[in-house]
Amino acid sequence: MPFNGKVHKVGAHIDTDAIIPARFLVTTDTKKLGEACMEGLEPGWVRRVKEGDIIVAGRNFGCGSSREHAPLSIIGAGIRAVVAHSFARIFYRNAFNMGLMLLEIGDQVNKINDGDVLEIFPGEGKIINSTTGDEIIVPPLSPMMQTLIDKGGMVNYVREQLRSN
Amino acid sequence: MQQTLAQKILQMHTDEIVREPGQIVECRLSGVLANDITGPLAIKSFRAMGAKRVFDKNKIFLVMDHYTPQKDIASANQVIVSRKFAAEMGITHYYEGGCAGVEHALLPELGLVKPCDLVIGADSHTCTYGGIGAFSTGLGSTDIACGMALGKLWFKVPQTIRVVIRGVMPQWVRGKDLILRLIGEIGVDGALYKALEFVGPALKEIDVEARLCMSNMAIEAGAKCGLFPADELTLDYCRSHGVPAPQQISGDDTSEAERVVTMDITDMEPVVACPHLPENTRPVSELKDKKIDQVVIGSCTNGRISDMRDAARVLRGRKVAKGVRCIIIPATPGVWRQAMNEGLFEIFAESGCVVSAPTCGPCLGGYMGVLGDGERCISTSNRNFRGRMGSLESELYLSSPCVAAASAVTGSIADPGVL
Repeated sequence: MPFNGKVHKVGAHIDTDAIIPARFLVTTDTKKLGEACMEGLEPGWVRRVKEGDIIVAGRNFGCGSSREHAPLSIIGAGIRAVVAHSFARIFYRNAFNMGLMLLEIGDQVNKINDGDVLEIFPGEGKIINSTTGDEIIVPPLSPMMQTLIDKGGMVNYVREQLRSN
Repeated sequence: MQQTLAQKILQMHTDEIVREPGQIVECRLSGVLANDITGPLAIKSFRAMGAKRVFDKNKIFLVMDHYTPQKDIASANQVIVSRKFAAEMGITHYYEGGCAGVEHALLPELGLVKPCDLVIGADSHTCTYGGIGAFSTGLGSTDIACGMALGKLWFKVPQTIRVVIRGVMPQWVRGKDLILRLIGEIGVDGALYKALEFVGPALKEIDVEARLCMSNMAIEAGAKCGLFPADELTLDYCRSHGVPAPQQISGDDTSEAERVVTMDITDMEPVVACPHLPENTRPVSELKDKKIDQVVIGSCTNGRISDMRDAARVLRGRKVAKGVRCIIIPATPGVWRQAMNEGLFEIFAESGCVVSAPTCGPCLGGYMGVLGDGERCISTSNRNFRGRMGSLESELYLSSPCVAAASAVTGSIADPGVL
């Protein structure tokens, strides 16, 4: 299933305190966390986001804490995919566990501007920039990660495993 | 076959043959940790998965440390979730109130982690236990839920960056300065997805508390873990903290490293990380006269007894500068009591410091020393991201307890060697 949406571009080393500052970590509710998404980057950032939009970032997106609240707040804000030069290790694992699709594209991130509209085909490792006409090709998503996205995250995946045992 | 320390430890926890970096292996877990922030999410996932019991009630560690003593109604309600879960599952190692300390200082102190263990924790600084030769790494709450239910999890065998440390430790240089220097050299994503392995002749000068501090910040270079060999120093430390028969372990000298970084420490001066990333490091002498409003000495990085003694050595007979708040937070009840018995609190009180109960508190901008607009702080914690300790308009510098204490005295960033 492709992902379609408008790009909100952010910089390099966007840390988990920028994505969701610690003062908002007093809930586990996805929607509430979503209301504070990127509050540590710019107060009110989330107001620009529409359901289905995409974040495009520089190097090392999601560095810092292991808080799963970070991918949850991105999901809660209505964002369905994050494309970056690279991701921090714990955030990468957490995002797929929560059902948030990530794609690592290295320097090709420079071919995407704030406000562009993208169509992403993770299984094929392809992004079409509908605004500029550019096509970006990267290694496709690994089958394990694809499965986690298809199931809607790790909880559903494990639940199915436990049921079938 | 020559193996890195990471490969050797993973091999001890799986029946598969650990061959090379990139390989995915399923491993049995020695311990699974969560705290008051990440615990409730893990418990929510655990229940949603349909799991009914934990894999081993003696191997789950629940430490209420970030916002305890509970700072407000919401954080109190979060602790209730963990407390009920611990009671329901019969979890042995649940810590709250007077038993709770900052998790990564508490677990080694209580002898709950040991060399060769494989530990996961829902906290990024779980990598701390690499300081005693354990493979430990931070994960999100849902991976932790999976670990709590099944007692095993998949790991990608990491590549290794070997860090060779040579030379003699200068008088005012500590483990914190070495790890800040390394992060400055390789960058905050310099070890992304990789293991750091510390070796070299200078290791014999780096005591176990300094090693725990260095491994703690491996994550600030993006690393999966930061491993020290378990040598005689480690075994002494573990035995004195109640581990019955700790094992020695080290990586093979000629095992494959993705990169080798050599640090000669003989002529080093203390290092400070400037806003807003741990990689923005400078020698302390370049920052002198930078005015500060607050000093924090504590955290899972530098809240141990050696850190308290360092702070006291600098503060003894001196006063905290007018207009500066100096907040000292012993990381565990054990450290707190030891510091009290050694008379360190008398020194801190005489200097005009605030001494707090153990908590993560200000490190993550929680409470007990949050920064306002335009305020500047030097802290012994591990992360100086924008807004980490409070206002987005505040500035945070990272250093050792020696530099932090010296700065408290002068009211601006200072080298303890030239006080």
